[in-house]
Amino acid sequence: MTTVRVTINRREREVAVDNRTSLLDLLRERVGLTGSKKGCDHGQCGACTVLLDGRRVNSCLTLAVVADGSEVTTIEGLATGTVLHPVQQAFLDRDAYQCGYCTPGQICSAVGVLQEARDGWPSHVTEDITSQDVVLDDEEVRERMSGNLCRCAAYVNIVPAVLDAAGEGRDPDAADRPGEKKPAYRPVPSVRDVI
Amino acid sequence: MQPFTYERPADLESAVALLARPGAKPLGGGTNLVDLMRLRVETPDTLVDVSGLDFGGVEALPDGGLRIGGTYRNSDLAADLLVRTRYPVLAKALLAAASGQLRNMATTAGNLLQRTRCGYFMDATKPCNKREPGSGCPAINGVSRELAILGTSEHCIASYPGDMAVALAALDAVILAETADASLQLPMDGFHRLPGDRPQQDTTLPAGAVITGVEIPGLAFGARSTYRKARDRRSYAFALASVAAALDVEDGVVRDVRLALGAVAHKPWRARAAEEFLRGRPATAENFRAAAELELADARTTEDNAFKVPLVTRLVTGTLLELAGSDR
Repeated sequence: MTTVRVTINRREREVAVDNRTSLLDLLRERVGLTGSKKGCDHGQCGACTVLLDGRRVNSCLTLAVVADGSEVTTIEGLATGTVLHPVQQAFLDRDAYQCGYCTPGQICSAVGVLQEARDGWPSHVTEDITSQDVVLDDEEVRERMSGNLCRCAAYVNIVPAVLDAAGEGRDPDAADRPGEKKPAYRPVPSVRDVI
Repeated sequence: MQPFTYERPADLESAVALLARPGAKPLGGGTNLVDLMRLRVETPDTLVDVSGLDFGGVEALPDGGLRIGGTYRNSDLAADLLVRTRYPVLAKALLAAASGQLRNMATTAGNLLQRTRCGYFMDATKPCNKREPGSGCPAINGVSRELAILGTSEHCIASYPGDMAVALAALDAVILAETADASLQLPMDGFHRLPGDRPQQDTTLPAGAVITGVEIPGLAFGARSTYRKARDRRSYAFALASVAAALDVEDGVVRDVRLALGAVAHKPWRARAAEEFLRGRPATAENFRAAAELELADARTTEDNAFKVPLVTRLVTGTLLELAGSDR
């Protein structure tokens, strides 16, 4: 047994765990935050994605003892009061889910993706990897989100939702009102501002 | 998962001392090791978490090369501008690997030490000479689509699954490691082993050693390098075959070339025969194809993975043509 001190969604927690406990099981079974989901438990599906010290990771492959001293943000910690995180709002606006099981992981992963893009990280599909300006488009979002599987195949709505949140999406209502210009997206605060 | 003791040493010296314990293993990002522990393929008594030890990031070396810290995360390494400009092959290999989440976790050292994804190795209920020496290799007459075609033995046809190490093999990288009484410099080419009659041993790294870094020597044409990976889906899958290449062409003739193949052997396969064939020859599709065929002359395939021979031949040809600035 090891005592783990970890800040989860801005609240400090101290939990004595068996060393074998994953961060995911700590969140779900010990702290009662069941928003993060257990899909495969092998790092293959991404349903367990959380932000560890601001970076997206698979919490099923992260031992709780390894997270000792870290800050964790789960889907429950993204909203500010009753105001949803822009990525959460975009998923609602775009109906970017069907059963919803992968959604917390998708959203946490997307929050990570937006930060990585702001930091100028290239991806496998980036044409010029020496460029520091990342422009997210469908192909970039699909590649960057490939660690999150959706068995309902809601990808067709997930991709536009992530682009909306990135400020590079299309106004979902624009087609209904041709000629009318309306700001399609809200600016996205940095991960650290939100957490 | 078998119970284990968790240790988080404050420095390298303590880490090396802890790793001298029988049954101790170093822990990096855990993306492979923790999974294998859950599958009861790995059963360490002690995990020595070295992931928090700071062995530096990316540092330029006087010879134009780079030094990379052993615990630097794959995502940071792929995003590093020095890596992206001096050795695009390395950045591209990293970006072709795993997922964004896994790259945020994985370390340089841990990536090098990841184990084969052979289905029999990962299933503790099956015989496997790598996991349980002497128990047999069901892969040879079994499911072997992902497995090796070069340098195999009658005991094991497992393939090394990683991408980063294929780029490092092409770049003549050197692994830096520390044991209780020695500082080691292990050239990439001899770091991963062929299976022979000891498939249980993946590398030549001594037990208890900590990988502290990797040095890549300067390479004048390193900027003219790339990585191509063939897989069953376009993202987030292990390679069926991959190619890491750097090419120096002058007046249509190959002046120098570095070539390594992934997912075809128990180790990242440095294609030295192909390199030697190409030096001084015209940079043409015919020569690139002939070089690949020469390298694959001794390939031993199964019914499942015979497709890798033409696949690798085309991958090598296409990749070198791209670097030569020609489409055909």
